[in-house]
Amino acid sequence: MTSLDPRLVRLLLGIAAPVLALGAAFAITSLVLVVAGDPVGEVWSTILSPPETRNVVNIVNAATVLYLSGVAVAIGFRMNLFNIGVDGQYRVAAFAAAAVAGEAWLPGVLNMVLAVLVAMLAGAIWAGIAGLLRATRGVSEVISTIMLNFIATSVVAFLLRQVAVREEGSNIVSTRPIPEGSRLPGIPFGDLPNLEIYGFVVVAALVGLGYWFVLNKTRFGFDLRATGRSAPAATASGISVKRMTVATMLLSGAIAGLVGMPLLLGSSYAYGSTFQSGLGFAGIAIALLGRNHPVGIALGALLFAFLDEQSNPLQILVGVSPDIVAITQGVVVLTVVISYEVVRRFGSRLEQRRVAAALESERSAKADAKQEASA
Amino acid sequence: MSEKAMKPDEQSHDLAVRLRGIGKRFPGVIANDDINIDVRRGTIHAIVGENGAGKSTLMKILYGVQPPDSGTIEIGGKQVTLSSPAEAIANGVGMVFQHFMLADNLTVAENVVLGAERLHGIGAGARAEITRISDAYGLGVDPDALVEDLGVGARQRVEILKVLYRGARVIILDEPTAVLVPQEVDELFGNLRELKAEGLAVLFISHKLDEVLSVADDITVVRRGTTVATVDPAGTTARQLAELMVGSELPQPTREASTVTDEVLLDVRGLTLPTPEGRPLLDDVTFRIHRGEVLGIAGVEGNGQAELVEAIMGMRPGATGSVTVGGRDLSGTSTRERRESGIGYIPEDRHRHGLLLDAPLWENRVLGHQTRRPSVRRGLVDRRAATADTQRIIETYDVRTPGPNVPARALSGGNQQKLIVGREMSGEPTLLIAAHPTRGVDVGAQAAIWDQIRIARREGLAVLLISADLDELIGLSDRIEVVLRGRLVGEFDPTTVTPTQLGSAMTGAGDEPAQESA
Repeated sequence: MTSLDPRLVRLLLGIAAPVLALGAAFAITSLVLVVAGDPVGEVWSTILSPPETRNVVNIVNAATVLYLSGVAVAIGFRMNLFNIGVDGQYRVAAFAAAAVAGEAWLPGVLNMVLAVLVAMLAGAIWAGIAGLLRATRGVSEVISTIMLNFIATSVVAFLLRQVAVREEGSNIVSTRPIPEGSRLPGIPFGDLPNLEIYGFVVVAALVGLGYWFVLNKTRFGFDLRATGRSAPAATASGISVKRMTVATMLLSGAIAGLVGMPLLLGSSYAYGSTFQSGLGFAGIAIALLGRNHPVGIALGALLFAFLDEQSNPLQILVGVSPDIVAITQGVVVLTVVISYEVVRRFGSRLEQRRVAAALESERSAKADAKQEASA
Repeated sequence: MSEKAMKPDEQSHDLAVRLRGIGKRFPGVIANDDINIDVRRGTIHAIVGENGAGKSTLMKILYGVQPPDSGTIEIGGKQVTLSSPAEAIANGVGMVFQHFMLADNLTVAENVVLGAERLHGIGAGARAEITRISDAYGLGVDPDALVEDLGVGARQRVEILKVLYRGARVIILDEPTAVLVPQEVDELFGNLRELKAEGLAVLFISHKLDEVLSVADDITVVRRGTTVATVDPAGTTARQLAELMVGSELPQPTREASTVTDEVLLDVRGLTLPTPEGRPLLDDVTFRIHRGEVLGIAGVEGNGQAELVEAIMGMRPGATGSVTVGGRDLSGTSTRERRESGIGYIPEDRHRHGLLLDAPLWENRVLGHQTRRPSVRRGLVDRRAATADTQRIIETYDVRTPGPNVPARALSGGNQQKLIVGREMSGEPTLLIAAHPTRGVDVGAQAAIWDQIRIARREGLAVLLISADLDELIGLSDRIEVVLRGRLVGEFDPTTVTPTQLGSAMTGAGDEPAQESA
């Protein structure tokens, strides 16, 4: 083991953790199926069957949304901030963006850009509240963001009534639809008509790239990671932890604001009472699964989207509720935390042993050289 | 209690604890290696050694917190395997930790009974037993007092009572005097003598040699994880003990010719750090350090040294007064601006304030220098340059590591500290603040760090040195200020001052100097 290249060891360990976690999650889900008396083999063969073109599009689209959510959470995680409020942030943001874009103050593409900016701003403000509370009053961001989720639900419901238009003969209330020219066209996929991947997937990819660059290459990212690793050491090095707390929450909230955009600009074109919710919580699991790494989060988002999509026909084909994958997804969160810790400890022990061995051999080499010199 | 006392026959039956060949390895570290200790009944047995010598690991093994990799433990002549503290307690071994584990809002009796409800219940029986133990050993503990109303010394006696209540015949005390004032230390020693008079064995861990010499019946010295000697305090001096602890002739920081100039580099005026409770943590502290001068700050820990350093570094909002470095007034500026204007900072607690333990060494090189080359260029972290500069530090400061990419955690304490010293000396500082720079590092690293401080002085830096090691202060400083309760109370010339003089200034005028050994 010690003879291996340390980079390779690190890579192997990095892969081992999610594989271990997923294996355990699948095993536990299977156990649940067995206990419930459901056909384990058929459930898995349905879920793991190759997806059709239509399903692939759905998976990619769902993953785009989940990816943004995962990155938003991961930004907080890198600084030891637990932003549970992505859910509320993206709903406030999507509502604000839909309301502004529906007014069509600007023409065409400009209106769309405005919508995205409004969304980021709204998300940032909503998350910034928690950041400010943490920095000035020491309020745990876990508590405040959960509370803000509830407030978001009520505030959005209230404001929706103020600005909503109701379609003839329907109970669905929603904002004024975004004009055609301000919608984001999809990317055609496969040969079926109307099968399109959200154009926003490009933005999601850019967000991932930006996340990687800012955190790993810039001074701001260094400060953020240093604060996450040790706040006292960061303070001693000259970082203002309070300022970083607010900045991180603003950034996390701004990205959270983007979560609803693929839906708003690519399929629903308005914010209504049926707008998809719960995406923020999936982001937490996905950020954990992806180890806050931009590629890891992408794989996690694809996996979650895959499980969701592939479980849809379970009820019809096997007679098992598709909710079974919610168990898998939930268990993944637990096994991921455990397996990463196990692998981390194993890795650091390996590292210490390697350092000790390297120093030992260096020392004995020096001793040998001395002996030879004296001989 | 006395019916259980020792049988007066052969020697081996006299032993409360017998450790043979105890070994414990951690990854990359041998914490304990071939430890042999005999603790006689009815004695106080001191274990002394430097920080990191392996005392704590040894005590954790004896208290069942960690299993040893090798060796045997005998308690009362019977070989035992201790795999948990519960088993240790069942075998009559109890431990009083340095940090008390008491619930403040419960009474003494409730605290004592907590977790041992089965012994004497939680009512009158328990109270009677607590009173009996308290009287038998002269602990003077009131079972109905609220713990939050008790002072530190009384809390410690409650901890001892807890251990006795659970039937301990061997009591381990981890650095018990670290938290006590001198009068409380005397009381504690009185209690310990009562315990040993009743036939109990007390294991006393400390690095305060005078105390050890005054109270212990046997002293075992631990160095680099192994027992090097067991000595009789009657025929031993503190200096001999210290030399056993560090292994060779005690290294002495030797003085060099003065390089002090007239140019003031650090000017601190009226630095005050008020607290809402009243007595300020720093009270009108005023001093200057010149180019090429080392100012040593002596003081009993907790008299404002940490606050002084943090106030100068701008880490204490609410501090008033002025701090001027190299002619630039830094009052009201951020820590980052202060670092940029040329302050190098070796913090007291390197794990908390000095390093990102899980980050590679090169990232630790960047820490504190995020705004300066070579670490960062135009807002971007320059990994290549930072790594190259880390390599320079590794070579210049003799940091033992396979390379700049290993995490800081994998290094030994001394090597971590050398890395910090190297980092803080980068970027041409004008002022170096060194808080306990050689605490918990091995002798080799200590000598290297002393050399670096001398080099810094020779190169014309102003050095503020805070240390609990008086020899270090006397050997390195050009001037020594004594801090007591947040005030500077006296200035001494290290060429003429003796540790005794410093000691009495540190404890306040009128107080007796630190206690003499018998």
